[in-house]
Amino acid sequence: MDGKELLTMRHIKKQFPGVLALNDVDFTLRKGEIHALMGENGAGKSTLIKILTGVYQMDEGEVRIEGEKVSIHSPQAAQNSGISTVYQEITLCPNLTVAENMFIGRDNSLFSNRKKYEKRADELLKQLEIPAKSTQQLGRCSLAIQQMVAIARAVDMKCKVLILDEPTSSLDDKEVNMLFKLMRNLKSEGVGIIFVTHFLEQVYEVSDRITVLRNGELVGEYLTEELPQVELVSKMIGKALDELNSLGDPDETKKVSDEVFYEAEGLSSENALPFDFKIHKGEVNGFTGLLGSGRSESVRAIFGADKVTGGKIKIKGAQVKITKPIDAMKHGIGYLAEDRKRDGIIAELSVRENIILALQVMNGFFKPISRSESEAFADEYIKVLQIKTANRETPVGSLSGGNQQKVILARWLLTHPDYLILDEPTRGIDVGTKLEIQKLVLKLAEEGVSVTFISSEIEEMLRTCSRLIVMRDRHIVGELKGKELNQVQVMKTIAGGEA
Amino acid sequence: MKKINFFKKGQISDARLLLTITIGIFVLMYVSAIIFLGGGFTHAQQIFDMLNYNSSFIIVACGLTIVMIGGGIDISVGAVTSLVVMACIKYLNPVYSETGEKLSGEGNIFAALLIALGIGLAFGLVQGFLISYLEIQPFIVTLAGMFFARGMTTIISIKPMKIEHESFSKIMDARIEIPWLGYTARNGNTIPARVEYGVVIALIVLIVVFLILKYMRLGRCFYAIGGNQQSALMLGINVKKTRFLSYVICGLLSGISGFVLMMHSGSANATNAQGMEMSAIAASIIGGTLLTGGVGNVAGTFFGVLTLTTITQIVVSSGFNDLALQNVTIGGMLGFFIILQSIILTRRNRKKTG
Amino acid sequence: MKNKIKNVFSNGFGQLTIPIIAILILVIFNLIRDPGFFSIELTQNNDGNNVLAGNLISIIDNASELAIIAMGMTLVTAACGGQDISVGAAAAIAGSAFVKILSNAGTDGISGGLVLAAFLFACVVAMLFGAFNGTLVAVFKIQPMIATLILFTCGRSIAYWISGSATPNVASPIIDGIGRIIPGVPIPTPVLIVIAVAIIFKLVFHFTSLELLTQSVGINGNAARVNGINSTFIKILSFVILGICVAVAGSIGVCRMGQVSHDTLLLDIEMDAILAVAIGGNNLGGGKFKISGSILGAYIIQMLTITLYAMKVRSTDVKAYKAIVIVLLVVIGSPVVKAKVNKYISRLRSGRIKASEKGAGRT
Repeated sequence: MDGKELLTMRHIKKQFPGVLALNDVDFTLRKGEIHALMGENGAGKSTLIKILTGVYQMDEGEVRIEGEKVSIHSPQAAQNSGISTVYQEITLCPNLTVAENMFIGRDNSLFSNRKKYEKRADELLKQLEIPAKSTQQLGRCSLAIQQMVAIARAVDMKCKVLILDEPTSSLDDKEVNMLFKLMRNLKSEGVGIIFVTHFLEQVYEVSDRITVLRNGELVGEYLTEELPQVELVSKMIGKALDELNSLGDPDETKKVSDEVFYEAEGLSSENALPFDFKIHKGEVNGFTGLLGSGRSESVRAIFGADKVTGGKIKIKGAQVKITKPIDAMKHGIGYLAEDRKRDGIIAELSVRENIILALQVMNGFFKPISRSESEAFADEYIKVLQIKTANRETPVGSLSGGNQQKVILARWLLTHPDYLILDEPTRGIDVGTKLEIQKLVLKLAEEGVSVTFISSEIEEMLRTCSRLIVMRDRHIVGELKGKELNQVQVMKTIAGGEA
Repeated sequence: MKKINFFKKGQISDARLLLTITIGIFVLMYVSAIIFLGGGFTHAQQIFDMLNYNSSFIIVACGLTIVMIGGGIDISVGAVTSLVVMACIKYLNPVYSETGEKLSGEGNIFAALLIALGIGLAFGLVQGFLISYLEIQPFIVTLAGMFFARGMTTIISIKPMKIEHESFSKIMDARIEIPWLGYTARNGNTIPARVEYGVVIALIVLIVVFLILKYMRLGRCFYAIGGNQQSALMLGINVKKTRFLSYVICGLLSGISGFVLMMHSGSANATNAQGMEMSAIAASIIGGTLLTGGVGNVAGTFFGVLTLTTITQIVVSSGFNDLALQNVTIGGMLGFFIILQSIILTRRNRKKTG
Repeated sequence: MKNKIKNVFSNGFGQLTIPIIAILILVIFNLIRDPGFFSIELTQNNDGNNVLAGNLISIIDNASELAIIAMGMTLVTAACGGQDISVGAAAAIAGSAFVKILSNAGTDGISGGLVLAAFLFACVVAMLFGAFNGTLVAVFKIQPMIATLILFTCGRSIAYWISGSATPNVASPIIDGIGRIIPGVPIPTPVLIVIAVAIIFKLVFHFTSLELLTQSVGINGNAARVNGINSTFIKILSFVILGICVAVAGSIGVCRMGQVSHDTLLLDIEMDAILAVAIGGNNLGGGKFKISGSILGAYIIQMLTITLYAMKVRSTDVKAYKAIVIVLLVVIGSPVVKAKVNKYISRLRSGRIKASEKGAGRT
């Protein structure tokens, strides 16, 4: 396993206006290893990756590949040095074919040799067991396939260093396993893989070595087998382990009132099949299931975020109509969307404007919130949720992911909802903020707010929810309560007959 | 996440559908013109006349399609065409003194061609540089380009000019005669179909651009940067250079277009080719190019041009020789096409999502 | 990244830095060229009314229609991320509608009430066409430039149909009062109208949440929808408001000329209006906006034009010089150039610091 040093980064420093993103960071990747790069958001992982891929230029430090000093001034230069990256967001062109996406931008020939590319692409897809055809439009493939095409591209470029930046966040288990198989294959061929992810289990499943960053500084490099999971987490957040457990035993707090707040019968939308659902006052429930199981689509239907196509809805026993988000908002429902960038933040507007947005919309067109009032609201929630921002007029787009999430949370808290839907509020944010959000959910429930909580991390849901609705293939397949609420049972229900 | 995916799915498969509809409507329009209006529409010459009148328009529209596929826009093309005509005629015509004496001889035709290409290229280079390397909004840059070209046209000459160049006049009057596509006039003479040389140039340009877009690396890169600029960058495409080249090609084609227009009309004035940029955008849109980039091809644009000119022809042939009516009809047709495209796109998206 | 660069530079007048610098340069240039360029004098016009006269007045006066349309255009740009290229044609339609009501009454028959009615009619017509454009953009999801291409193509022809003849005239003291000067008030009326429209915009932003909602829709339409904003309504509304602006501008244009010429009324104003929005530092891709920037932009364009006229440039040639100035302005304003200059300055600065450190070390 102790291969030659393939990539060495020494004393890397990167300064952004107001932030020291990386301070004297070292990183070493050996031949034929899978090396997990871990850290909270804002730890400097993505900055380090972006320096390695030529998106950013470092201020100080040096990068060597196989002992030779290289200068990475552009993505092209990175490619030429044998560094390939597959990003979380697909960075391919949806309007071109699979083959073109694998070969475009790689040579300087005058003509694009379609036939040759397609033949080579088909061979490679077959070899890597990727179920796609070279002549297919990439935009017609699923996200998982698109990701694998990106990897196939990197593989064909004979890359020495392959960077996988959150590759698994939009894949289901089967696809993750396919990906891991691919990764192990590449590893045995001597490729060095840098694996960035938020899923701890996956790190332990596949990686050989772990480097941890915190606040732009190197915490250390460890062999995976020598670093217990709890220790890794504590190194990442730099807090005592006790705090992780301070949420206490979930069962104590899970007493729910009998009053039903929301009830839906046969609710369906353009993306969700008809389903029944109800939630009590002060209850925390969760929707779980694999990605694409319909959990997000279901809550979107509840909020009216997708076009509602049928169903009866009762709020506090009275029949109402919710077909648009504004209807739901008027009935006291708030919804934190799964895709923060797409459905959540208004990046160029200030923290203040983002916080008051939902309340403003509910107040109506002719009742604007005055400047002083909105400033007071913003200051209040910046303090309560400990949003890290230069000031309330900072554009929200320049905040870190976790703080953006808090801003959106503040937006909905400001409307004082009776029922709050949180779809993946903890995705892509640091462990510390995750805990804060979980605590907040429990606190809200105590105050009588009903909460629907969705998370990819089942453990998180077990900790917060008193009832879990399990979905598979766009149908509800089970409802777990009380003693059934444990990881094994949830897994079984998700997997269904196969388990 | 999912929804974006579905949306992209829709766009791609619909590009072909939209083109089919455009071709279908063009054929339908033309056939009904033959049935109801008869006369000229039954002769092949009608089509050739449409091409004769629009050869420079086709060239400009090709250039614009390239830029639009790359996700940009160029509204200077009409003005550049006009400037080229003015500059070339100014150069080709002999200069007379106030007393009417010839001060200099006629210009060289090849030099005029070089002037045409040079002007087009210069506009392409400067605009392309400002847009790609300085990242200034293309609309503003090419708007300035349009102002500059129009202004330069009147600076060269505010009075309309006619070509007074013997050998060039011969080129202008030359026609390719195709006897087997001709028709028999009432007096029994067979009149062959006549095609201007400009049409040949236009068709060559059309084919070359088609091949570039389909088979050349550069052409595929145009699609890539129009489809997703960030991704294209990550794929190692030199986005700036590619975008730069799209404007350079478009500028060059505007130069050629000016020369072809001069071959057709032989006269220059300040309002030459006015509104050509908007018509060219309309032709591209009708032909299935998306202004957002990444989708479209010049075959569609060609049918877009034919459709637009057929509308004009039908209005004229119907006996309403009313410019207002003609404009309103074109506006109406444009509206029809645009709304139709939009409805089809939305409906297909919905079907897939549901 | 962009934001960061912006932040570094926004410590001047923010978005308005470039337009303000442009105005200063123009003013200084003119003062050097002709120290009396901006002198304003009180003279009497042919009717014996006191009027202010001078280049500055004619700049502000002649830019009125442009400034009003630019204000509306800013809103459409912000909400839809695109521009309306049919404003000139729509102004011709509105102008024709305005004259249509007036032309039936003789010179004596034109009362204040009738003018108001005619203006309201023009507004309604322009708002309808605005709603048409807005519907294409918001409901059918067509890019604004393409959607408005329809009206751009046929708008002036529709105006011709409304007018019935080439150029119907209107003449009345009231019309003169609107288009030129109200007796007793030395400032040209169109200038007063611009001020009124600007104040109305300010009031609308104060008493409604239009500004926040428009920016939200323009920056992130999806998020706006999920947060309960009716984007369709906001987008159509922006076009309808632009319609009102167009009707006001068209009516001023008609009153100024005393006739409506469907072919030339506010010709090419769409290009100038878009330019004014851009010079004002607004992003043509939508999102955050400043109306004041666009107004400044309009005056810059007009000041440039008048400066060129004063330099004996033919009116048809003005465009070429204008283009050069526009390019210079946008090049200076380009983020890439800003970043480069910034880097250069900071390098100079750090160089100087090092030099002074060295100097300090020596002593």
